[in-house]
Amino acid sequence: MHIDPLEKKWVYIALATIGFFLGVIALTAWIGGIYPPSNVETINPARLHLSEEFAENKLGLKIQPDGSIKVVMVAGRYGFYPRRIVVPADTPITFRFASLDVLHGVHLPMTNLNTMIVPGYIAQVTTKFPIPGDYPLLCNEYCGLGHDFMWSKVTVVDKQTWKHEFGGRP
Amino acid sequence: MIDAQTRRLTLWHLSVAFCAFLIACILGFYQVVERSGIFPALQSAKVYFASVSTHGVLMAYVLTTFFIMGFGYYTAATSLKRPIWHPTLAWAGFGLSLLGTVLAAIPLLLGRASVLYTFYPPIQASPWFYIGAALLVVGSWAWCAVMLVMALVWKRENANRPLPLAMYATTLNALLWLWTSVGVALEVVLQLIPWSLGWTQTIDPGLARTLFAWTLHPIVYFWLIPAYIALYCFVPKAAGGFLFSDEIARLAFLGLVLFGLPIGFHHLYVDPEQAAGWKLLHGIGTFLVAIPTLVTGFTVLASLEIAGRLNGGKGLFGWIGTLPWGNPMVLSAILALLMLILGGFGGIINASYALNTMVHNTAWVSGHFHLIFAGTTVIMYFAIAYHLWPRLTGKALYSNHLAPVQLWLWFSGMVLLSTPWHVLGLLGQPRRISSVTYHSLLTLSWQPYELFMIMGGGLLLASAILFGYLLVKTLTHSALQADLDPAYAETPYPHKNLPAWLENFKLWNLIIGALMLLSFGIPIAQFFFLKTYGSTPWGY
Ligand code: HEM
Ligand SMILES: [Cu+2]
Ligand SMILES: [Cu+2]
Repeated sequence: MHIDPLEKKWVYIALATIGFFLGVIALTAWIGGIYPPSNVETINPARLHLSEEFAENKLGLKIQPDGSIKVVMVAGRYGFYPRRIVVPADTPITFRFASLDVLHGVHLPMTNLNTMIVPGYIAQVTTKFPIPGDYPLLCNEYCGLGHDFMWSKVTVVDKQTWKHEFGGRP
Repeated sequence: MIDAQTRRLTLWHLSVAFCAFLIACILGFYQVVERSGIFPALQSAKVYFASVSTHGVLMAYVLTTFFIMGFGYYTAATSLKRPIWHPTLAWAGFGLSLLGTVLAAIPLLLGRASVLYTFYPPIQASPWFYIGAALLVVGSWAWCAVMLVMALVWKRENANRPLPLAMYATTLNALLWLWTSVGVALEVVLQLIPWSLGWTQTIDPGLARTLFAWTLHPIVYFWLIPAYIALYCFVPKAAGGFLFSDEIARLAFLGLVLFGLPIGFHHLYVDPEQAAGWKLLHGIGTFLVAIPTLVTGFTVLASLEIAGRLNGGKGLFGWIGTLPWGNPMVLSAILALLMLILGGFGGIINASYALNTMVHNTAWVSGHFHLIFAGTTVIMYFAIAYHLWPRLTGKALYSNHLAPVQLWLWFSGMVLLSTPWHVLGLLGQPRRISSVTYHSLLTLSWQPYELFMIMGGGLLLASAILFGYLLVKTLTHSALQADLDPAYAETPYPHKNLPAWLENFKLWNLIIGALMLLSFGIPIAQFFFLKTYGSTPWGY
């Protein structure tokens, strides 16, 4: 086999570049704990309203006994319920989504809150929002003719304001 | 001169491919205009999603499959210098694929299959749509059989010679397609068809997405390999030079096939039904498969440099100016490489395990695959068409001046379409929306970009029409042409001892099987151990 020395050099450069990228990804995953949402957890989509966690009166923001914040939402054509939530900035928040009908996706623009919501599975993401403001929470997977009308609202307020005005009240 | 049977086969396949392409381009232009919201009278989600579903299916499945089959028949007959093995089988495959296309097109155009080209359940389409899609794939398996048999028979008769490079790549592509299509075939035959006929009540969308992801990545190499064949086998000669390295080209094709298959989970990075470790594994494979492409870029550029210097180019960059820029094959290659560099950069971002969450399912993704698929890949399809058309019809290309104009139009249109599309994604615009209705200030920032996209779409449509015009005019009006021989590039180094393992297809099949088992075995098996809940069908 004949491989030109120049070409050999280029292959090494390519390998090194790819190796570098993979190294960065592995480091951020293992040390930084940055993983995409991946909890393999199932739920009956036809009985969400009867479930412990996703019944209508259980939805929204919850402060857990250990002080961490959890937001439980149901995705259904065409909205994410509850339609409006207020969360503190710079605080880790765990979102849990379930779909009551078809495939949806959820994205808070300019942030890494982005996950598919597959019926039959619970999608879970933990993230922090550094910048306060009003954000639209958009559906980013085709879910029917009303897909472009599927949004809810997330308001990120700074930590102090949140504590004083919304603390403890979901 | 190529035998009449091969010419007819190839012409028919390419004609179906390009008719689908032209229809889909008209739909594409309508889509950019509709979604911008600038013309309120046009707004209709119903028409929009019927259109995007048809556009996606025509471009991703019909254009590609028919083009690849047609080009494969040409490659096999000309590089092996023999007629097509069992042409009746080839025609049967053609007929089956065409029947499937028509069966799927009817519900698509009637708005009875507005499920997009990914048809994710539990939104349900008319059963005819799934049956049509299945037949399209089954028809293409006949092509795979013809390609594999022709390669093996030739090998048996020429034990000491390596397959010609173009045929080596085509054989690998047939193998790749057989492995690739298994995922979606399982999904369609075992899940979607019985469910859409009402034989089963529920479907597991998690399993369906996993099987679809099996197909969704390697299918892009199925589309891309013909473009790479042109880059390696036609471009160096058209530019007036040699292929820099035949061996590296073979390794690149092999790498695409081996590493392209077991990595589909990068489409499921943010899916809840698969665990992080599997995603990371597929993510690593995704980066590895960038290597054959990086190598291709180098080898093709090196071949162009050889040509430029043989044409008298001097100095570090002087060879660029002496390339025959007016030659459609060379021009396409240059423009394709430019788009590949831009698109490859975006691809690295998409592939990045964690960074992907910033862009997943935003308009960025549509921008990305238009750039690299509708851009890099399709522009090479144009080049191949210009190269083949005179050899198939016996007529000179109708205009040698308009062909470069058409290619420049496509390139500028694609840059103008896909650049704002990427920006829109970074500004948070989701993909697959028919209008911009969100009550948010954010959407104001989207408007100017929509306008540029319309301009890009207009240029692309103009280019597509010019392309169709050139091919039709060549058929009907051109003078006879003399030079009808196939023109494959040569390499300055004769093959000395090409290792036999390169062509040990049995070995590669076993390795692919092992890789697929490793990367998909447990992720698919888990659905039979987990307590999962199916979904009932939903309309749209
Ligand atoms: C005239 C040129 C073209 C224009 C203006 C155009 C425009 C569009 C638009 C606006 C969409 C809808 C995207 C969305 O709603 O998010 C779309 C989808 C799509 N386009 Fe094109 N396109 C063109 C050419 C092509 C070509 C040449 C290909 C590939 C060969 C292609 C492949 C696709 C595919 C596969 C989809 C489906 C995407 C999905 O379902 O999310 N397009 N195109
Ligand atoms: Cu949606
Ligand atoms: Cu992929």
